[in-house]
Amino acid sequence: MNVIVEREKKLLELEKTITDLRSAAATQPSLSTAIEALQDEYKKIQRDVFGSMTPWQKVNMSRHPERPTSSDYIARLETFDQLHGDRHFRDDPAVTGGLAKLGERSVMVIAQQRGRDTKENLKLNFGMVTPEGYRKVKRLIDLASRLGIPVVTFVDTKGADPGIGSEERAQSEAIAQCLYSLTVARVPIVATVVGEGGSGGALALAIADHVMMLEHSTYSVASPEGCAAILWGDAAKAEEAASHLKLTSQDLLGFGIIDEIIPEPLGGAHRDAPALIATTLQKIEEALARLSALSAEDLVEERYRKYRRIGAWQVERQTAVAISG
Amino acid sequence: MAMPEWLRRRRNKHETTEDAAQWTKCPKCGEVLYRKDLAANLSVCPKCHYHFRMHAFDRVSMIIDSDFNEIGNEVVPGDPLKWTDTKSYPDKLAAAREKSQLTEGVVCGFGTIAGHAVALAVMDFNFRGGTMGTVVGERIAMLLEEARKRKVPCIIFTASGGARMEEGMLALMQMAKVTAAVSRFMGDGNFFLTVLTDPTTGGVSASFAFQGDIIIGEARAMIGFAGRRVIEQTIRQKLPDNFQTAEFLLEKGHIDMVVERSHMKETLARLLDYTAKKAPVAV
Repeated sequence: MNVIVEREKKLLELEKTITDLRSAAATQPSLSTAIEALQDEYKKIQRDVFGSMTPWQKVNMSRHPERPTSSDYIARLETFDQLHGDRHFRDDPAVTGGLAKLGERSVMVIAQQRGRDTKENLKLNFGMVTPEGYRKVKRLIDLASRLGIPVVTFVDTKGADPGIGSEERAQSEAIAQCLYSLTVARVPIVATVVGEGGSGGALALAIADHVMMLEHSTYSVASPEGCAAILWGDAAKAEEAASHLKLTSQDLLGFGIIDEIIPEPLGGAHRDAPALIATTLQKIEEALARLSALSAEDLVEERYRKYRRIGAWQVERQTAVAISG
Repeated sequence: MAMPEWLRRRRNKHETTEDAAQWTKCPKCGEVLYRKDLAANLSVCPKCHYHFRMHAFDRVSMIIDSDFNEIGNEVVPGDPLKWTDTKSYPDKLAAAREKSQLTEGVVCGFGTIAGHAVALAVMDFNFRGGTMGTVVGERIAMLLEEARKRKVPCIIFTASGGARMEEGMLALMQMAKVTAAVSRFMGDGNFFLTVLTDPTTGGVSASFAFQGDIIIGEARAMIGFAGRRVIEQTIRQKLPDNFQTAEFLLEKGHIDMVVERSHMKETLARLLDYTAKKAPVAV
């Protein structure tokens, strides 16, 4: 059960009442006062529900079934030609890649794709990418780097696929090689977390020169369920784990792990998807315009420095050591 | 073999007042073993060949010829998330330090193996399950940068349950940090070798462990991306015993070789010899 979907229900009912009253108001002008009152109530509830969300509510927002997915962003590009497969085993539909035009610019788009309903999710493995998917990702990063085409990624996964087949086909190696290719790519890389950024499976598309998150997206070392299972042996304590993990866009901007937050409309990205997608694509273009001014050497160097300094450690003064015997 | 001076220095520094128990039991065959005998046998059960998880210091002693110049030991963790569940993160760290005699989950430094100068990192499962937080990433990145300057091969022994939850995304980012240092190091033509020991999983497995030019699995080590329990819960069935073992990975073509602990040093020495750009220094 999605807690945001539950919280939305009252608002959606109210919305419907307002719409109904509005059509009735055409013949009964006296209803306008009632409509105004309902609208005020609507706004108040909306602020109460979405004005300040807990980390767990944000996790649910990032998984909202109506939240725009990667394909919605891709559909708004000027052109898109999908490139399939890992050239070895299969084409993983949970990750889409291809050449595209973003404005005037050629880009290599790589995007994790989750489904909106059970049927789509079964086909897309709930957005959990398998080794073949990551090998496609690596292939496209390397191709883009060689041809000098910037890389644009959309991140949306609860994590890499943890199944038997994925272990048999070296999931670890597949992810490790994506990370490697991202650190050496000689082109600008812009990553946007549009939904859930789950662990290493998300990072495989997200080592980038400019990392953005939608305001209510989440990005975490492990899914809250996974973290609760690891630490306390109980996945049901996910809400508590979410409160510890510092997985919101605001937290991560503070740590210097992401570079920019894309604001969402009140109530979440799905409340005005076209405007949100337009803003996102515009911000990607702006980042690319800025990064394109750098030489390949400078890009790789800057990316190195950026990741080299992330962390929190201290230097402990070494005490003098006595050698006995 | 006399205790090398570096080890004496390190051990004395952290030795607790009470002595560790003199005896231990093999978890596989139940044989009762005298700790000193077990140590002399490289922590391998003489009866059933079970490879005990090794302390990082013992591993370094086993691999390095004599002197080991440690780096990065002064880098210690902070508490960026102000994490508290049943215990605070600093309390967990203090307990790990006490238990493992280590300041963090990896020991890094320089030494020689059969006369070949190397950079060596050894992870230790005794410190918070070998999890990778900021300090593990930072120390390994420091080692790779220094090894790149010195143009010496780098060997990493991995042992890890994955990223450290209590450092959140800062822990995950160490995968990026170390990978960046690895790609720089390898890009200059340096030799990078990883030895995957029991257990190697999660964020460590999915980053530098599987970026080696040559990847060795220690005999019978458990190596994988997702933990066994996670997979079993997902598919709701029990996995075969050999699933995710080094031997299984060899059969599937994921690693170059499986090496018994007793042959580890000589194997590393040969690999360093094949790839050496200059003759080894006299030991």
